[in-house]
Amino acid sequence: MSTVTAIEKKPEATTAPATTSISGSVAVLEAFIAEGVSTIFGYPGGAIMPIYDALYDYNDKLEHILVRHEQGGIHAAQGYARTSGKVGVVFATSGPGATNLVTGLADAMIDSTPLVCVTGQVFAHLLGTDAFQETDVINITTPVTKWNYQVTDATEIPHVLAKAFYIAGSGRPGPVLIDITKNAQLQKFDYAGYQKCTHIRSYRPKPIVRKEYVEEAAKLINAAEKPFILFGQGVILGRAEKEFKAFVEKSGIPAAWTILGESAIPTDHPLNVGMLGMHGNYGPNVLTNECDVLIAVGMRFDDRVTGRLDIYAKQAKVIHLDIDPAEIDKNVKSTVPVWGDCKETLPMLTDLIQPKTYPQWLAKFNEFRKQEEEICIYPEMHPTDDVMSMAEVMNLLNELTNGDAVIVTDVGQHQMVACRYAKFNQSKSNITSGGLGTMGFGLPAAIGAKYGAPERTVIAIIGDGGIQMTIQELGTIMQFGAAVKIIILNNQFLGMVRQWQQLFHDKRYSFVNITSPDYIMVANGYHIAAQKVEHREQLRQALTTMLNHNGAYLLEIMVGKENNVFPMVPQGCSVAEIRLK
Amino acid sequence: MLKQEYTLTVYTENQIGLLTRIAIIFSRRKINVESLNTSPSEIENIHRFNIVINETEDVVRKLCRQIEKQVEVLKAYYSSNDEIIWQELALYKVPTDQVAEKVQVERLLRQYGARAVVIRSDYTVFEATGHREETDKILEILAPYGLIEFVRSARVAIIKKSKGFHEKLQQFEQSEPGEEVIENEYLGDNAGVFSM
Ligand SMILES: Cc1ncc(C[n+]2csc(CCOP(=O)(O)OP(=O)(O)O)c2C)c(N)n1
Repeated sequence: MSTVTAIEKKPEATTAPATTSISGSVAVLEAFIAEGVSTIFGYPGGAIMPIYDALYDYNDKLEHILVRHEQGGIHAAQGYARTSGKVGVVFATSGPGATNLVTGLADAMIDSTPLVCVTGQVFAHLLGTDAFQETDVINITTPVTKWNYQVTDATEIPHVLAKAFYIAGSGRPGPVLIDITKNAQLQKFDYAGYQKCTHIRSYRPKPIVRKEYVEEAAKLINAAEKPFILFGQGVILGRAEKEFKAFVEKSGIPAAWTILGESAIPTDHPLNVGMLGMHGNYGPNVLTNECDVLIAVGMRFDDRVTGRLDIYAKQAKVIHLDIDPAEIDKNVKSTVPVWGDCKETLPMLTDLIQPKTYPQWLAKFNEFRKQEEEICIYPEMHPTDDVMSMAEVMNLLNELTNGDAVIVTDVGQHQMVACRYAKFNQSKSNITSGGLGTMGFGLPAAIGAKYGAPERTVIAIIGDGGIQMTIQELGTIMQFGAAVKIIILNNQFLGMVRQWQQLFHDKRYSFVNITSPDYIMVANGYHIAAQKVEHREQLRQALTTMLNHNGAYLLEIMVGKENNVFPMVPQGCSVAEIRLK
Repeated sequence: MLKQEYTLTVYTENQIGLLTRIAIIFSRRKINVESLNTSPSEIENIHRFNIVINETEDVVRKLCRQIEKQVEVLKAYYSSNDEIIWQELALYKVPTDQVAEKVQVERLLRQYGARAVVIRSDYTVFEATGHREETDKILEILAPYGLIEFVRSARVAIIKKSKGFHEKLQQFEQSEPGEEVIENEYLGDNAGVFSM
């Protein structure tokens, strides 16, 4: 570390009086402050030490959360971004630090989460020499970033970070990675202040709205008899919840959500008819293949939503509202494409439609709802045997939180159950790994979610498999006191895989039997209050204790070993072939 | 829909790493690139890619949208062969004695529009530009005479209809000039710096 003088003495020759000389590292932190960043998740290492050194003096302005693994750091930043609506920020060192970010980048990319990741890199003159902890981070992360860039000269930093924040947060948001070589972090340069980026020549975050298409769409809607709205995260990312609600209410059209769109309108809204997709509700899935006009708002027709594409909504005229032109016609051919930010296009559309109601059509959804209630929902929420179900936990939780909590889930059966049954009153409340389905997401994302929405109750719902993937983040909770409520729904299996093995592989349970440590001891080891619930009689009290507890709390709830999540659209089937059992 | 040859014309910023970003759009979808050419365009700091693939129009249209989605891409067009004027360049290296004795060089030069670029005592290099069939034809003729080496360039193409984009580019350049790519002064400076 002592030989950095070679670099330090370089560009100081002419110090203009109007500017000050600062290091690249300081420039990074100044950029963060100018962008309104207050929380950074990260993990230090050799190649990012100059930035951490600079951070030492910024303690009062920037809060840094030391995670226990870079994957935890990036998932935390995702949780933070998703509850706060701001850009999440991550630090990692070169090599292994940077490669540990890859899963989170892929997750953020597919779920359009705005992130700026800063990774340290070896000295520029060592690039490409297989130097210690050197990896080609830019090429590794290219497919999983919206944009990335390697900085080798400190003078680029203010400008490149301004670009990074602009790209991450604008248009269809996404993760951006900036790799900064160590010499650039150390290098001093004349700093003329920070200027936010609002424009890049080759980048059009929002497509131009074509009015004639909006008019065309309104015509279709006005003539429809059985129209149906599908909404996704685009509504939340576009901050268009109000505009969306106005559209739904004036149009009187039933609306169903993808799991990332959940909470964009309240669960109890009379026109909210439930969840789409593989484990979605019965009615919305079946009636997708019966509606005459399908209006997709900020959703991308993922295969988990559409099932078999060649027999998906073939009878319907499709109106697709999306900010990303590449999404339109990608999976489902639209009759009328409406390019644009739905915060702008929805009010235009609302203006042009007639106020209407569809009592008979809506009644159909309710009929299906009744059947589902009878065959699935009621028995799941009110089991008659001694074995606790995931659904009854969610049911009780809804009652106790009044639909005001942020629910963060991991991936598996519990995720589907939580998303199906959670009640939400406000937007940005359902934080889950949708497109990538990343086990290990839940615990760190919940930590980040708490920093993003400190005034709200944050409850993580995690399986016994997923918690063991990133359990080390209990250490982060311990050290920084993030008041996260953790519920482990322990079915002693990798439940979702076991369900598939049961249904599609003749019950050949191949390596899905997973044992758990004593979570209560583990939690206590991290000085986190914890309790295990094995009997129904304890459940209400335990949940109440957890919710009232001041600080983090871990609750392990033993649930049925071989319960399944239904309804289900089996893979390769049409949404109309959804099974109730 | 039928697969056919399409030429994609992509206008981009001059940016390191963009080639990979564009290339993985094809490789990720397991689409083979027949030919790829990239070079500066008529406007400073704006580069132009020509990419030839064999695909259905539906796929090509989607690919163009994915390409245009990249931050540093200004515009991506696709054209079928009858919508463009295109050329490829081919070089042929053959032993001079063989050619002198056996090939009707004159015919080669006249009929097929080839040109001798180098004539040495040991070998001669011919050059030809044209469509694939034309440069292939010469290859066929020369093959029996001890062809030493052959190389063909990627396709360069001009869109018949696209006079508009040049103007747009110039407007771009006037209103929002591109940034200069900063050269890194430390690269290549093998200072004896230890790193941790
Ligand atoms: C990183 C990762 N590895 C593997 C999978 C495949 N996978 C999906 S669900 C699941 C089982 C999850 O088990 P558990 O966490 O116990 O939750 P449960 O389904 O029992 O609620 C697995 C292994 C995944 N989604 N992510």
